[in-house]
Amino acid sequence: MQAKTTILSLPTQEFVHPGTRACTGCGLAIAYRVGLKALGKDTILIVPPSCLTVLQGLFPIASTKLPCLNVTFASTAAAATGILAALKSQGKTNIKVAAWAGDGGTSDIGLQALSGAAERGDNFIYLCYDNEGYMNTGAQRSGTTPIGALTANTPFKGKLQQKKDVPAIMAAHNLSYIAACSASYPLDLFDKIRKCVDMPGTKYIHIHIPCPPGWGYDPRYGIKIGRLAVETGYYDLYEIVNGEFKLTAASEKLVEKRKLIPVREYFRSQSRFKILADTQIAEIQHQIDAKWAGYYKKDE
Amino acid sequence: MHIIENGNVAAALGVLLCRVNVIAAYPITPQTPLTERLSEYVESGEMQAEYIPVESEHSALAVCIAASSAGARTFTATSANGLLYMHEQVQWAAGARLPIVMCVVNRAVGAPWNVWNDQQDSISQRDTGWIQMYCSDHQQIIDAVIKAYWLAEKVSIPIMVCYDGYILSHTYMPFDVPDQEKVDAFLSPFRPDYALNPDQPANLNTVTLPDVRMDVRGELAHGYMEIRYLLQEEMRTSLTVAAEAEKRFADIFGRGGDPYIEPYLCADAQYIAVGLGSLTYQLRVSVDVLRKEGIKVGVMGVRFYRPFPDEALAEALKGKKGVIVFEKALSYGYEGALVSDLKSALYDHLAGTGVMPMVQNIILGIGGRDIRTEDLTQALRAAAKSRVSRQPVWIGLKL
Ligand SMILES: Cc1ncc(C[n+]2csc(CCOP(=O)(O)OP(=O)(O)O)c2C)c(N)n1
Ligand code: SF4
Ligand SMILES: [Mg+2]
Repeated sequence: MQAKTTILSLPTQEFVHPGTRACTGCGLAIAYRVGLKALGKDTILIVPPSCLTVLQGLFPIASTKLPCLNVTFASTAAAATGILAALKSQGKTNIKVAAWAGDGGTSDIGLQALSGAAERGDNFIYLCYDNEGYMNTGAQRSGTTPIGALTANTPFKGKLQQKKDVPAIMAAHNLSYIAACSASYPLDLFDKIRKCVDMPGTKYIHIHIPCPPGWGYDPRYGIKIGRLAVETGYYDLYEIVNGEFKLTAASEKLVEKRKLIPVREYFRSQSRFKILADTQIAEIQHQIDAKWAGYYKKDE
Repeated sequence: MHIIENGNVAAALGVLLCRVNVIAAYPITPQTPLTERLSEYVESGEMQAEYIPVESEHSALAVCIAASSAGARTFTATSANGLLYMHEQVQWAAGARLPIVMCVVNRAVGAPWNVWNDQQDSISQRDTGWIQMYCSDHQQIIDAVIKAYWLAEKVSIPIMVCYDGYILSHTYMPFDVPDQEKVDAFLSPFRPDYALNPDQPANLNTVTLPDVRMDVRGELAHGYMEIRYLLQEEMRTSLTVAAEAEKRFADIFGRGGDPYIEPYLCADAQYIAVGLGSLTYQLRVSVDVLRKEGIKVGVMGVRFYRPFPDEALAEALKGKKGVIVFEKALSYGYEGALVSDLKSALYDHLAGTGVMPMVQNIILGIGGRDIRTEDLTQALRAAAKSRVSRQPVWIGLKL
């Protein structure tokens, strides 16, 4: 097993210039900065329209120090295939290809291309940063917006449907590596990227991204809110390595502790959940408890 | 080497000879035999290329866009709804200035479903910033693919090589397959000014503002409008570069002609039929018939549709009594797109000179409706009597 990276052993080389165009307190800025450190210099990035397009800056100035191809919304994973094919035809074997797309670009419009690339087994890392909505266009609902969240186009009733489980969809493609991470646990993200970089085929990493304007909280609480999602057992950190599911990092520790923070605290930390009634919260708490009862049982 | 093969194979052989690095394609009739053939070349080892069997046409062009951005010579092909499904990517490839070559095997678009030939698919992509070439026979298909790579890479603009579904794609004709050494002499490996690579990081196709903007060194960089203006300017210049391509090609392969138009008995003709693709060869039969009747007609194929060879066309048509534009596509709500473009060219170059021909538009062959040579002959004969209608005249219609 590889040693866990600490803040002291994290590489100091930066691939994101300071002063990006992300909002204050943006979770994506953290995940991207650390994620690129894990990927390292010999990487070509692909980015569809999203907050990340904005974060990277306006022509001719870019905040990213790695080569990056901006592509159309639905084509991210296919573009990764294209770059891989070009590199292969040029005999370049040392360059990694990493696609970074939002949840809308992944769970909705980009799902077909992602499924196609994964089915073909194309050798790249796909990172979906999940801020649970179409933030770049003003925080509308996406496939991964959770039930109960107010968004710009679910303005009064909140989203009525459940969050789409993209890692599970990817698991159905029998990938070598799938992981769920959070911007609030950047070192865990770093280690997971490093772990899978040389694994075969398509690797899928899902990253929960607290987003102050989209979720409705004071920017200073972003890390805390991302952690609450994990500590309440609402969003789990895990890996699926060659089909083997395993909770990791903070979520793994929660199994030992056998104690979750009530999910109510998570919901009450963000204005997007303000219409969620106590009865609905109780219902979700029930689902979380049932899920965790399963984890505990596995652990016994 | 002379062989007898179908038009799709002619295209595939062109791709093989051009040593394309990355091919991505999704099946659609009547393009399928072309890309199947390419997969055979790659799987058998005859061709050193990556063949990506993508899950959609949108992704086919995505693969080409990305591979081309990383320095690979790329190819895809499609028809009808496949091309329409690509539309976002079609525009993107041109804006990103990638020299992708795509064969469009012309077919009618839905709804309703129809797999037969017309040209609504490629005509509907007229304004995307791609160069469009139209072929009239199998020799032109294979030659056009080879010329297209040279031209596309010279001007950094993608090219559609269009040819009629079934009429060309599935019929067998003799044609010459050029020697590999000659193709290599004509076309050197693709070496773009920039290809994505970690040693020279660049962020391509980023958000670009309406106005120009200073870079970190204080130099002014283009705004979106400058980038798009240059696409237009370089599209126009590519007319000249196409002539250069044609000349180079003729020098090496010993065949070729006018890069833009293909006239048949036009010099002394009073009436000229104009069209795109195989139809113009069928029209030659009508021209022969009418010539025997003493009617001075000719036919002119437009080989290059975008950029539009307005000057060449106006020059060739000036002083004629009438021009009859036959089209297998429409700009719904008006008339054929080619006739509109042609009238605009004639107006620009000939207005007030007294040598402006009358122009008539004939719509035919939509959705594969049989085009009978007698009907073409009759339509030409009628037009030569100057019975010009301002509206497009449909022939073969059974209403
Ligand atoms: C084909 C197409 N449809 C719609 C858009 C508009 N659009 C741009 S970014 C975006 C939202 C992206 O959402 P997500 O992928 O979740 O990333 P985020 O902005 O939340 O970071 C949308 C809808 C587009 N650029 N292209
Ligand atoms: S909207 Fe949210 S994800 Fe987008 S830049 Fe702002 S904080 Fe980051
Ligand atoms: Mg999002």
